[in-house]
Amino acid sequence: MLIFTLRRLNLFIFTIFLLTLLSFSLSFLFPGDQLINISGQVNATPKQLIVLAEQYQTNNNIFQQYFAYISHLFHGDLGISMASQLSISTEIMSFLPATIELTLVALFIAMLFGIPIGFIAAINHRKATDNIILSISMIGYSIPVFWLGLLAILIFSIQLGWLPSAGQLSLLFEIEHVTGIQFIDILLSDSPYKWQAFQDASAHIFLPACVIALAPATIFVRLARTAMMDVLDSQYIRAAKAKGLSFKQIIYHHAIRNAMVHVIRDVGLQFANLVTIAMVTEVIFSWPGIGRWLIESIFQRDHTSIQGGLLVLSSFIFIVHIVIDFIYAALNPLARESRHGT
Amino acid sequence: MSIFAVKKRSLKAMFLPILCLVSACNVDKDQSLSDHSIVYCSEGSPESFNPQTVTSGTTIDATSNQLYNRLISFRGEDNTIAPSLAKSWHVTRDGKMITFYLRKDVAFHQTDYFTPTRFFNADDVLFSFNRILLPKHPFHQVSGGKYPFFQSVSFSTVVESIEKINDHTIRFKFKYADSSILANIASDFAVILSKEYADTLVLKNIKREIDTLPIGTGPFKLKEYRPGAYIRYATHKKYWDTPSTLEQLVFDITPSNTSRLTKLLAGECDVIAFPIAHKKIKSKPKLQLEAVTSFNVGYLGFNTLKPPFNDVKVRQAVALAVNKQAIIDTVYRSKADIANSLLPKTSWAYDKNTRSQTYDLSQAKKLITEAGFPDGFTMSLWALPVQRAYNPDAVTMAKLIQADLKKIGIKVVIENSLDMGSFLEQLSKGEHQSVLLGWSADHPDPDNFFTPLLSCSSAESGNNRTFWCNEDFDNLIQQALETTNVAQRKQLYSQALAIISTEVPLIPIAHSKRFQARKNIVKGQLLSPFGGIDFSKVSKN
Repeated sequence: MLIFTLRRLNLFIFTIFLLTLLSFSLSFLFPGDQLINISGQVNATPKQLIVLAEQYQTNNNIFQQYFAYISHLFHGDLGISMASQLSISTEIMSFLPATIELTLVALFIAMLFGIPIGFIAAINHRKATDNIILSISMIGYSIPVFWLGLLAILIFSIQLGWLPSAGQLSLLFEIEHVTGIQFIDILLSDSPYKWQAFQDASAHIFLPACVIALAPATIFVRLARTAMMDVLDSQYIRAAKAKGLSFKQIIYHHAIRNAMVHVIRDVGLQFANLVTIAMVTEVIFSWPGIGRWLIESIFQRDHTSIQGGLLVLSSFIFIVHIVIDFIYAALNPLARESRHGT
Repeated sequence: MSIFAVKKRSLKAMFLPILCLVSACNVDKDQSLSDHSIVYCSEGSPESFNPQTVTSGTTIDATSNQLYNRLISFRGEDNTIAPSLAKSWHVTRDGKMITFYLRKDVAFHQTDYFTPTRFFNADDVLFSFNRILLPKHPFHQVSGGKYPFFQSVSFSTVVESIEKINDHTIRFKFKYADSSILANIASDFAVILSKEYADTLVLKNIKREIDTLPIGTGPFKLKEYRPGAYIRYATHKKYWDTPSTLEQLVFDITPSNTSRLTKLLAGECDVIAFPIAHKKIKSKPKLQLEAVTSFNVGYLGFNTLKPPFNDVKVRQAVALAVNKQAIIDTVYRSKADIANSLLPKTSWAYDKNTRSQTYDLSQAKKLITEAGFPDGFTMSLWALPVQRAYNPDAVTMAKLIQADLKKIGIKVVIENSLDMGSFLEQLSKGEHQSVLLGWSADHPDPDNFFTPLLSCSSAESGNNRTFWCNEDFDNLIQQALETTNVAQRKQLYSQALAIISTEVPLIPIAHSKRFQARKNIVKGQLLSPFGGIDFSKVSKN
């Protein structure tokens, strides 16, 4: 396990290094002055610019500049937004939790539906059920998310009026921003309308989370199906059958757990996909998350925010990836022993 | 297949709590917060929380009637002036002095940032008006020292002084009689601020907060504001008039038309400003659409100093050749009333007998020949570069007029390349030949349509974009200001309207309507023909 951890840590450090290198070079690649791109100080006076140049060491060679940039990053200083002139790290800290909340709920929904349906397809391999599930998941995978989001709003918000179409929580409720994750904040708050706020937040997250969940769910269907088919084909299942266990016992006690292990490994990969879908969905549902913020920054040509946002978002995805790897390793001892990574 | 069945059952068990969360399973209806709150989806963020310093409708909507009161206010359908913070008032016979007797026991807002220790009194009135009138007042320059409404009605020229007689009596002295002065004092801009709050701000050296963290006497108080996102108001429980039955009022700032509509249909907003898709809203039984004809006018103005529009016959000819109905149908999408005169029908001075220009091409052709232009001429037409309620699309309007006038041989060159600032500046210098513009009244007094738009004095200042100066007309509107007898004033304004109708310094085209959509459960009047939205009388059931 130690070697496994060290290997992951090594990968983590190397990837973060590449990411910062990319984000640092972006400040040169974006149009405009590099110092302003990296700091976001569009309204700086000449005097302030001299101080900034000193801080970012723009007069020294490129390595020193990079290390100056890294040291700013380590102090949590990502510069200020060119558009709002607010500190990017505080902006990100206020938007990122909403995205984490949305993606986790979506991931949960995708797994909740995708994996069991995939198992059902595998158990009914080459039967009508299998074919129907595969066709539906293919259709689901092919639907573009922006179209699905608009369709969901049209049906569930406008026509039926069941679910809200925008935002994280109705403005009626005053919930103090503590962690940024709405459900936790609601539970922490002392509002007398806590329970109503909780329901309202659930109603708000339901539609966007389902929209995000669709594409990953269809992938989970296929992953779970393949994993389950592999497991059902394996020797120990045959042995269990030979022992005379019932089909139900085989599935519940042997197949599901072993198939799950393989699915979990791919959840990490799917997470990056999920976040990309979430970014578009956040715009459609006016979800106050980092995706919407980043897309707005792109519209406003806010180079400093784009840099900072990309860096934080990719680090976040990477960290999730590693965490899921650890979960996989914990579930599957074979992975820990593997010498060549996964 | 047995597994399938098991799965299905367990799924259902897993899902029940989620369904419960989403569909409000066991909430006692009486305790629901939304029954005591209203969410209003507004079209923009306010620039300030003090209506004295602005003219924009968005800001007036968000502040005037919610946060503040005025000494007097307009009531009822005919907009008579009624008591508000002043319980009564007395105007001397020569109209040069008004004494207000103030209400006692009026409490200011208590908020996180201010706790009042005394009730409203004459000092607050003195403070609120002196801030506008006296350039040396400590608060005059706070927020830029601009009071556009008061400057436009020459408030500081009319008012000589304001005196405090005692704690609950205050006297305004005027340099000359002006019967529109009461209407100005009752307008949405003339709100009463708290002097005690201002004093605490001076001590803390944060004077500018008077306009950003407001304290007033109105039915709601500010709780939280996030620019571009929302404004949260709480009910002012100690409101001197009947306190609102609501617990809170939230302005959900939603600039996009379609988002506002979606939020209304999805039930997230109780009331929305400026709705689109009227048919869709009407088709929903739980929603209703309202409209009021606003106190405004969109017009085509001529520069009467420049040829050929110095000739009244040419102006009359153009007036006859413009097809107003087509403009109402296309530019306003039938969401406006055709303008027969400068005044909208809802004004008490409206005279239905005023002769309006009807569409008559042969008569127009005849007039233009008489004027000496049998082959027509070329004119330039300036189109308002921004969208306004009284003219939602000036360029389209200009194109329609271009096509209309082509029929009588006039070639129209449309000028729309200027930005709003230079557009207004060059208009006041009189560099245009003709212009598509409009006017929104600040209060229901009919004078607000005449003096600022067409008087000789405003021709001098450049606010009268037609530069038309007619002595008879000026005398009539001046006389109308000097008397307080309504029947007499109405008769004088009728004569003034008749002069406009024959002299045609401008062609009134439309009085636009203001629309609003709300859920049926929201009761009470919200809109009036002028000024901002008012939530004080609104309830939910």
